[in-house]
Amino acid sequence: MSINIVNISKKFGSFEALKDINLTINTGELVALLGPSGSGKTTLLRIIAGLEYADAGEILINEREMISRKIRERKVGFVFQHYALFRNMTVFENVAFGLKVRPRGLRPPKNEITGRVHELLRLVQLESHAERYPRQLSGGQRQRVALARALAVEPSVLLLDEPFGALDARVRIELRRWLRKLHDELHITSVFVTHDQDEALEVADKVVVMNAGRIEQTGGPEEVYDNPASPFVFNFLGAVNIFHGRVHDGCAHIGSLKIDSREHVDVPDTMVVGYVRSHDIDIGRTATGGSSIPARVRTIHRVGNIVRVELLPDDGQGAVEAEITRDRLNELNLQEGEGVHIRPKKVKVFIEDYQI
Amino acid sequence: MNDAIKQTIAFVKSKKAAARITEPLPVRIILTSLALLFVGLFLVVPLVSVFTMAFNKGMEVYFASLVEQDALSAIKLTLITAAIAVPLNLLFGLTASWAIAKFEFRGKYFLISLIDLPFAVSPVISGFIFVLLFGSHSLLSPWLEAHDIKILFAVPAIVLATVFVTFPFVARELIPVMAANGNEEEEVALTLGAGGWKTFFRVTLPGVKWGLLYGVILCNARAMGEFGAVSVVSGHIRGETATMPLHVEILYNEYNFTAAFAVASLLAMLAVVTLAAKKFVEWKSSGRFTPQLNTERRESGSSGVDL
Repeated sequence: MSINIVNISKKFGSFEALKDINLTINTGELVALLGPSGSGKTTLLRIIAGLEYADAGEILINEREMISRKIRERKVGFVFQHYALFRNMTVFENVAFGLKVRPRGLRPPKNEITGRVHELLRLVQLESHAERYPRQLSGGQRQRVALARALAVEPSVLLLDEPFGALDARVRIELRRWLRKLHDELHITSVFVTHDQDEALEVADKVVVMNAGRIEQTGGPEEVYDNPASPFVFNFLGAVNIFHGRVHDGCAHIGSLKIDSREHVDVPDTMVVGYVRSHDIDIGRTATGGSSIPARVRTIHRVGNIVRVELLPDDGQGAVEAEITRDRLNELNLQEGEGVHIRPKKVKVFIEDYQI
Repeated sequence: MNDAIKQTIAFVKSKKAAARITEPLPVRIILTSLALLFVGLFLVVPLVSVFTMAFNKGMEVYFASLVEQDALSAIKLTLITAAIAVPLNLLFGLTASWAIAKFEFRGKYFLISLIDLPFAVSPVISGFIFVLLFGSHSLLSPWLEAHDIKILFAVPAIVLATVFVTFPFVARELIPVMAANGNEEEEVALTLGAGGWKTFFRVTLPGVKWGLLYGVILCNARAMGEFGAVSVVSGHIRGETATMPLHVEILYNEYNFTAAFAVASLLAMLAVVTLAAKKFVEWKSSGRFTPQLNTERRESGSSGVDL
C-alpha cells in the first residue's frame, strides 16, 4: 500500500520539528528516513502511525485519508527502537496480542491464532522461544519478536523507529540484512528511521535524507551517495574534505586546482566550496597541472587494509584526509613529513553560502 | 632494584589500599552491635512486651477480651473503614499516577505536591479539618441537620479522615513505576488494535501490579492503624465509633491493661503480617521487574517524574 505525505507540519512549542513535508512512498518499497537526531524523522514516522498529531497536512495510506482515523483503524505495524515488548507476557502472548484484542466478531478462533503465531515465530526464527519472557532474550531476538508481533495483525504498512539502534554492531548488520531478505519475501511497504548512513544505503530501496525538519534529498541509495543535492547530504553520507575557492565562467579555482563547473556558468565571480570524499583523493609524487595541490604528509594511520593519510596543503587550507589502500601506500612509500601532491578524483562544487 | 620488582611493590601497595576501604574488624563489630541494640530496644522489646502483657493473665482472658462486645465492634468498624478507604485510594492512586506519569499537563507538579499533603500535615490537624467542615459551627451544619445527616462523631467522618490520611500511599508507589515503564508498550498496544480499556487492563495494569500491591499493603496498614485523625473526629463512643486503636486507648485509660494489650496485639500482628507481605512483594517484584532497558530509553521518552 502506498503512503502519501502531503504538506505535513509539526511544532513542539516554538520548535519546528517538521516544515511542510511532502513525500510519496510507493507500494512495496522499503524506505529509509535518514538524518541526525532532531531532524524530525522519528516525528514524521509517528505522525504516519498516528502516535503524534500533525499541525497541518494530510497522510494518505492507500489513497485513504488517515489523519481523522484512530491509531487502531490505520492498520500500521510499528516497531520501536527499544522493542517495547509486553514484559508480563511470553513471546507467544506478545505476538498473539494483536489478534486476541480484536472485537469478538473479528477475532480468529483460538487454534487459528496459535497456528498464525507459530508461523510468524518460524518466520523470525524464534519458534523454540515461544514460552520465554522478553527479559530472557537477547536484543536481536527481542527485536525479531517485536517484528513478528507487528506483522501478526497483517498491517498495510510497517513502520520501524531506529529498529537496530540498540543492538551491537555485529547483530545490527546481521539483522538489517535479514530484514532486507524478509522484505523481499513479504513486499510490505516499509519505512524505517535511522541515523546510520550505512544502514540506509545498504538496506533501503529509497533513502530520504532529512535535516532540521526538511527533506534534503530523496533518491536511490546510489543516487544520494553519488549525486548529493546539498552540502548537508554530502557531509552526512560519509567523511568529506572541504576546499575553499572561487568560481567564474563555469570554472572553479580552488588553490591550484581548476575544476569544470558548468552548473555554475551563470554565476558571477563567487566564493565556492569543493567537497571531496576521502576515498576520492589520490596522492602523487609529482604535480599534475591544474588537478593537484601540493601538500605535506602529517600523519599516516593504518586501519586494516585502509590507510588514512592526513595532509596539510601548502596554501594554508585546513587539513585533508585521504583514504588509500595499503598497496597504494607501499607503492608510494610515503613517509610522515614528506612533500607530496593531492589529486582529487571527484570534486563537487557548491556555492559558499550553503553552510553545513 | 629492577622495574619488575618496583611494579610488584606498587601493585601490592595498591592492594592494601583497596583492602583498607572496609572498616577494621572492631569498628565493624561496634557499629553492628549498636544498630542491633537500637533495633532490639525500640522495636523488639516493645513488640515482645505487648504480647507478654496481653497473655499475662492467661489465654482465656486474652481471648475473652477479644470477643467482648465492644472489642468486636471496634474490630468490625476498623475492617469496614479499611474496606472503604483502601479501594477508594486504590482507584484514586491508579488514576492519579496514570495521569501524572503518562501525560504532560498544566498543574501537574501542583497535583504531585497536593498528593503529598497528608504526609506533610499532622494527622490531628487532618482530623480537625473535618471538625471545621462538618462541626456544629460550620457552614455545612444547618444543611446537614436539616437533612438529618450525621457525619462528625459517626462512621462517615472516621472513613473520611482515614481516606484523607491514607491518600498518598498508592499514588506515591505507582508514579515512579509507571514513569519508568514509559508509554511505548501502550503505544504498541494501540497500533496493534487494542482500545483504551484493553490497553489499560492488559498492558498498563499488569506492568505495575507489584507496585500497586505494595501500595495497597501500606495503605491498608495505615488505614487500620490510624489514630490521630480518627481520634479527633470519632467522639470515642464506645462500641459505636471506636476503631481498634481508639479502643486500645479507652481500655488503657480504664486501667484494663490486659484487654488493652490483647487488642493491641492484634494490631501488632497486623504490622508483622504487613512487613512479611511487603518483603514478599519486594522480593517478587525485584525478580520480575529489573527494568528492560531503563538506561537506554529514548531521549524524548518517559516523562521522567522525579519524586
